[in-house]
Amino acid sequence: MSGSVVDNTVSSGNSSAAIPTDISGQILDLDEDDDLEVFSKDTTLTDGSSLNASMQTSSASMINQYKFEEEEEDADTKDIFVTVDNPESHVTAIETYITYRVETKTTRSEFDSSEFEVRRRYQDFLWLKGRLEEAHPTLIVHPLPEKFVMKGMVERFNEDFIETRRSALHKFLNKIAEHPIFSSSEDFKIFLTAGSGELTSHKKQGPGFLSRMGETVKAVAAAVRGVRSRPQEFTDMQEYVEAFSQKISSIDKVTQRIVREQKEYLEELKECGPTYALWSQSEEELAEPLKNVAGCVDKCCKETDEQVKHLNDHLIPVLHEYVLCADTLKAVLRRRDNIQADFEAKTEALATKKADRDAMRDELDKTEDRLEWANNALKSDWTRWQKGMRTDLRSAFIDTAERNVSYYEKCLAVWESFLQSQRTDAEGNGNVDFS
Amino acid sequence: MSRTREVTLCSLYSLPVVFVGIKPPELKKTISPFALNFQLGNFADICIEYCDSVDQNLQMVEKGTSLLKKMEISVAEAEKRTGKNAVNMQETYTVYLIETRPVDAASEGTNPVPDSLWRRYSEFEQLRNYLLVTYPFLVVPPLPEKRAEFVWHKLSADNMDPDFVERRRVGLENFLLRVASHPDLSTDKIFYSFLTEENGWKETVFETGFQAKADSRLKALNATFRVKNPDKRFAEMKHYGDELQSVISQLLRVRARAADRLYGVYKVHGNYGRVFSEWSAIEKEMGDGLQSAGHHMDAYAASVDDILEEEEHYADQLKEYLFYADALRAVCRKHELTQYELEMAAQDLTSKKQQREELATGTIRTFSLKGMTSKLFGQETPEQREAKLKMLETQIEEGEELVKERNGECEEFVKSAWVDIERFKEQKDHDLREALISYAIMQISMCKKGIQVWNNAKECFSKM
Repeated sequence: MSGSVVDNTVSSGNSSAAIPTDISGQILDLDEDDDLEVFSKDTTLTDGSSLNASMQTSSASMINQYKFEEEEEDADTKDIFVTVDNPESHVTAIETYITYRVETKTTRSEFDSSEFEVRRRYQDFLWLKGRLEEAHPTLIVHPLPEKFVMKGMVERFNEDFIETRRSALHKFLNKIAEHPIFSSSEDFKIFLTAGSGELTSHKKQGPGFLSRMGETVKAVAAAVRGVRSRPQEFTDMQEYVEAFSQKISSIDKVTQRIVREQKEYLEELKECGPTYALWSQSEEELAEPLKNVAGCVDKCCKETDEQVKHLNDHLIPVLHEYVLCADTLKAVLRRRDNIQADFEAKTEALATKKADRDAMRDELDKTEDRLEWANNALKSDWTRWQKGMRTDLRSAFIDTAERNVSYYEKCLAVWESFLQSQRTDAEGNGNVDFS
Repeated sequence: MSRTREVTLCSLYSLPVVFVGIKPPELKKTISPFALNFQLGNFADICIEYCDSVDQNLQMVEKGTSLLKKMEISVAEAEKRTGKNAVNMQETYTVYLIETRPVDAASEGTNPVPDSLWRRYSEFEQLRNYLLVTYPFLVVPPLPEKRAEFVWHKLSADNMDPDFVERRRVGLENFLLRVASHPDLSTDKIFYSFLTEENGWKETVFETGFQAKADSRLKALNATFRVKNPDKRFAEMKHYGDELQSVISQLLRVRARAADRLYGVYKVHGNYGRVFSEWSAIEKEMGDGLQSAGHHMDAYAASVDDILEEEEHYADQLKEYLFYADALRAVCRKHELTQYELEMAAQDLTSKKQQREELATGTIRTFSLKGMTSKLFGQETPEQREAKLKMLETQIEEGEELVKERNGECEEFVKSAWVDIERFKEQKDHDLREALISYAIMQISMCKKGIQVWNNAKECFSKM
């Protein structure tokens, strides 16, 4: 965490420094700030009925867009690399917030250059996510780390929290970059490349406040109406998501419980070594083996400590991401349902109304296209998501298993060396006959 | 069903195993969980883990008191009995079967039925109290604890709990073997009849009058007394006994808490098993991998039971020396008492001698009420003085005898006690070292199991 700032995101009046250890006096409630932003960031208001203007193209091409092939995302074919690192805190007169460095390296032709470095804050990530969801309501956007501090955490600017968030933001951007549709999004490109002023002005574009409100009312109405005849495959998806959500949450809880128990075990174990050491002070012949045992126990404590940390830093974040994914999936399915409900409502309206039939028919056709497009998009992305989930969770569990094996191997070595020392010791003294 | 008592000899980390043997039920009880995990290819590992516990017994046998040379001793079984107690109330208690068998018979290959009798824990206590009183200068081996202490949550503190009873059975056997391998204690007749005479032992031991002696000793020991010239060596030994007791207590407490926590860690992994299984039901390609990984998580969770049972065995070894520390302190305290009584006798003699001198020379150096009253109310007659002097002379004679006696006792005590303390030190150093080694072996076994489980799980995860 160096003190230098790379771009002009930070306005001149601010001091930027490495994260101070105690800035509790300077923290304002930043989340009020989010409400000032345009609704475009708030995911709960996005639904099927709004479309980013830039995405409107003919229906045929829209459908074709989502017939992506079996993509093999080999590392060799990857042409964009995004990194999120270097958190820094920024203190202004009205607020304190953290920015992260986002570095992009790419060979893609649509980018003006091959390397970019910008600073972004959490709000910016939220904005990007919102835009992508607006544009593609039935595609699955990887979740962002939570907005709010989880219960049990000390403060938002705690080092561990910042690191956890940074890592999750990094994953988020990489998931976007890997996605065949999202990675070619204009908003994504601007996010990666624009200076802070440019980003701010770009954020102000997009459908106006009032038109968004209009769409929202329609969406709520559609949601209330409900879907009449949902295709079976989507019902299956819904059931799967319900079950998956439960299971992954359970696994998350179990893992957290394991971490807690391990920590408590470690606390007790930490007292064993010193007790053996204390004992060795009253002994003569036994002093050496006792001191040795004390050393072994202390070494095992260290290994246990590192094993717990690994669990905390590697497995838990991944499980947590997929807990959030389950919620994303539920929202995606809801949005699809809303599009269908809208279509069904319009179909009904056409059947009953007499006036404006042509206009209404046009409207209905557009809605039908939108529905078909949404369904296909979801189906393809669903497969993609499942593959990704499988890969991510598999490697997280394998990683954990390997780490546990390594933990036991290290402890084994500690105790075997103790035995070895006792053996050579005894044979040297001729005390104990090991034969 | 014949039971051959054998002792397993093996060397750490190397085969082959020479079978001198372990009781089949014991062996079976401990082989089966291992057989599940290891297959009998790891038999050497199993033997290693028993080596330490049996090694101790072997050491005792090898040291060869004449008693052990001719007889094998074991506490083979435990049984619940109900009966009427002293106040005519129904009570449930446990009895233990003491088996003795002549050594020659076993090695000849014939297996005659052993002699056996049943004894209660309280009878063991009586035996020990008798030994304490009769051999106050010896570090008398301790009995296993009366009530379960230093328990962690899984073990109940109930004396009727089968695990507790089993561990007590082992502890009682250990006690008998310790006594039988002690050069002095093993020759005691009361001990011998404890092992061989079912009926009438109680009366025999009572007739020795040890109980009365025990009561008076106890009273004297509990009184506060201070020795003028404490023996440095014994004072140091007592201090060591205090420290040993304190540190082993602490270790047992810490260990029990850590065991409790470790239990929690392992058992929570069992939840993985359940959830993975449920999750596998909704997945297609991931299903099999998840399901089988779940089974390994269940196995992992279950493995902690055996691990902690072995650790209990280690805790028992520590507990024996916790109680031994008490026995050591008792010897030191009894020495103090002996010395105190010597000092008292000597002091008494000195004061009597002084009185004689005063009486003889007429000078009064020590204050005495008699002296004062005689001064006030007139001198005594020469006849009275003569009588007094004569009495003092007798007392002084007796006093000198007493001092000589007590001095002799003290010297004997110091000599014998110090020999036994040296013997005890050697035994303690050896046994505790072995205990630490067995602890390391246990840890290694635990690590090996962990490696196996997580490697298996990893394979399953790879199939996800």
